[in-house]
Amino acid sequence: MKLSVKELSFGYGSTSTLEDITMEVDEGKIVSLVGPNGAGKSTLIKCIDRILKPRKGTVFLDGKQAAMLTSKDFSKMMGYVPQSTHEVFPYTVFDVVLMGRRPHIGWRVNANDVKIVAKTLKFLGIEDFASRYFDELSGGEKQKIAMARAIVQEPEFLLLDEPTSNLDIRHQLEVMNIVKKLVLQRRISAVMAMHDLNLASRFSDIVVMLKDRGIYTMGDPVSVLTPENIEKVYGVKSEVKNGHMDRPYIMPLEPI
Amino acid sequence: MSINEDEEILYAEEVYTRASWKKTLLTLFLFIMVLTLGVLATTIGASSLGISESLHALLAELIPGEEVSHFAQVVVLQLRLPRILMAIITGMSLGVAGAVMQGVLRNPLVSPFTLGLSSGAACGAAIAIVLGVGILGTGQYIIMINAFLFSLLTMAVVYGIARIRGTSIETLILAGVAMGYLFSAVISLLQYASGNEQLREIVFWLMGGLYATKSESVIILIPIVLFITILLMRYSWDLNAMSAGEEVASSLGINVSQVRMICLFLSTVLTASVIAFTGIIGFIGLVSPHLCRLMIGSDHRYLIPWSGLTGALLLLVSDTIGRTMISPTEIPVGVVTSFIGVPFFLYLLVRRKRRWWQ
Ligand SMILES: Nc1ncnc2c1ncn2[C@@H]1O[C@H](COP(=O)(O)OP(=O)(O)O)[C@@H](O)[C@H]1O
Ligand SMILES: [Mg+2]
Repeated sequence: MKLSVKELSFGYGSTSTLEDITMEVDEGKIVSLVGPNGAGKSTLIKCIDRILKPRKGTVFLDGKQAAMLTSKDFSKMMGYVPQSTHEVFPYTVFDVVLMGRRPHIGWRVNANDVKIVAKTLKFLGIEDFASRYFDELSGGEKQKIAMARAIVQEPEFLLLDEPTSNLDIRHQLEVMNIVKKLVLQRRISAVMAMHDLNLASRFSDIVVMLKDRGIYTMGDPVSVLTPENIEKVYGVKSEVKNGHMDRPYIMPLEPI
Repeated sequence: MSINEDEEILYAEEVYTRASWKKTLLTLFLFIMVLTLGVLATTIGASSLGISESLHALLAELIPGEEVSHFAQVVVLQLRLPRILMAIITGMSLGVAGAVMQGVLRNPLVSPFTLGLSSGAACGAAIAIVLGVGILGTGQYIIMINAFLFSLLTMAVVYGIARIRGTSIETLILAGVAMGYLFSAVISLLQYASGNEQLREIVFWLMGGLYATKSESVIILIPIVLFITILLMRYSWDLNAMSAGEEVASSLGINVSQVRMICLFLSTVLTASVIAFTGIIGFIGLVSPHLCRLMIGSDHRYLIPWSGLTGALLLLVSDTIGRTMISPTEIPVGVVTSFIGVPFFLYLLVRRKRRWWQ
């Protein structure tokens, strides 16, 4: 399935946060949104997921307006993983992930729902946590559980808001590998807000650079992650080398 | 994207299925316990009726041909039974409403009275007691009707105020607390201005109790309470998802503000219906959802019925002790509830072993 965003604008209150965003996400691709803090990465993700209502512009899914779908049908296509999850009340990991089946079930959970959750936990290597309490786990474990909740929605698109921030390097790689595996095995697409330019470079097919409420540039990592673009968008001098798998490796030097 | 069926039973699947069974069985057990204690409670009271005589009177209603004295029948069926049923449905309503309100407002310190409901109801009752006027005419029911309507009015005002700022949880709670203070001020004023007899009546109403229960009230309340409880249980999934935050809930296809409004409205009607008859009975609505969270976790599919049954149990035991311990004098039910509930609650809180059901 193909996602296109056409001339989308959004603002909180009377301010303007995003202006005229136009971009496309093809099936089976990983797209990273990068840009400085406050550039509007999270806001764009929430607009795509209908959590926020755009002021102007449209989101299309395979040419059909996403806004016309019922919220239940829409939630079967889009899975959202927030930047951080906080549960006020005690829930077990299994219960938290089971909530992702909400779009598919009525009042009763059937054996299939339980099976899908169990398989997903196993797929992510967190089966042993099933009966643990969510609020007692570490950041990396919580992140995987939030991802599991979005995966059991069985969506066509996975939207992730800074999935690797606050994680140690091992968890960062694990999380990114999960995204990659899902995209490859299930032909879904992922849109991620990314903080870490090197992870974005290594794992994405397309990098979208946001600056001043709009898209500064987008394209494959090699053409987007250049010292010039990084200087313009982040105001940082950097050196870009040829890294792992011929992906650009960015070494920030100093702010200007 | 789909996951193929597999014959192999996975570890997590087994764990979940086992926990679900345990929780279902425990719910059933709690239900039977409420019934048993309800029947037992009909056998104790101020008059010197023996246990077998009391049970006979109950059975005689169900099995024709059973012979019992007229006295036993009056005591058990007309005096004790309505009050016992009232304790069960009142406790249940407060427990259910408390669990739902805590879930909707994502706050474990919330009770059905947090949004100013109790002060609103009490203010309505006090106006009827002191001024003798109700929103809907005059007569013997004006206190109840006034209390009920003032509760709904309070909720409408609180919700209306919060709506201006996009109905966030914080504004709802703050608006509720503020309205509560306003109504309390009006009640104080009315108490200050009222005569001895009326003052006594207001104080009794504020303390709450089941001593004035009539069979008609029970008959009116049972269908209302059951109906609303079932409606609310249908929102269990949405409440579960909402506890992970509004954004996650909305990305799971839930219309958060709509669910919030419906659940608040239903729990308000539920609470208002019972306290209109009983006066303010505090503590249960706060503590029974809490007790249940400590015992079975927060899944609203189990939490709502559990909290209802626990509330029923708590109020039934408290009221029975309150009416029999130093009879013919009664101890106010609120006092007994706190004396029994608080130590139990603190015990669980300190022990904090949350997983005995697994
Ligand atoms: N809930 C909100 N209310 C008002 N302004 C907000 C809100 N969330 C974000 N903003 C503003 O919108 C802009 C974009 O924020 P965000 O999308 O979170 O950026 P990013 O994720 O790229 O760091 C920032 O200027 C931020 O201050
Ligand atoms: Mg962000």
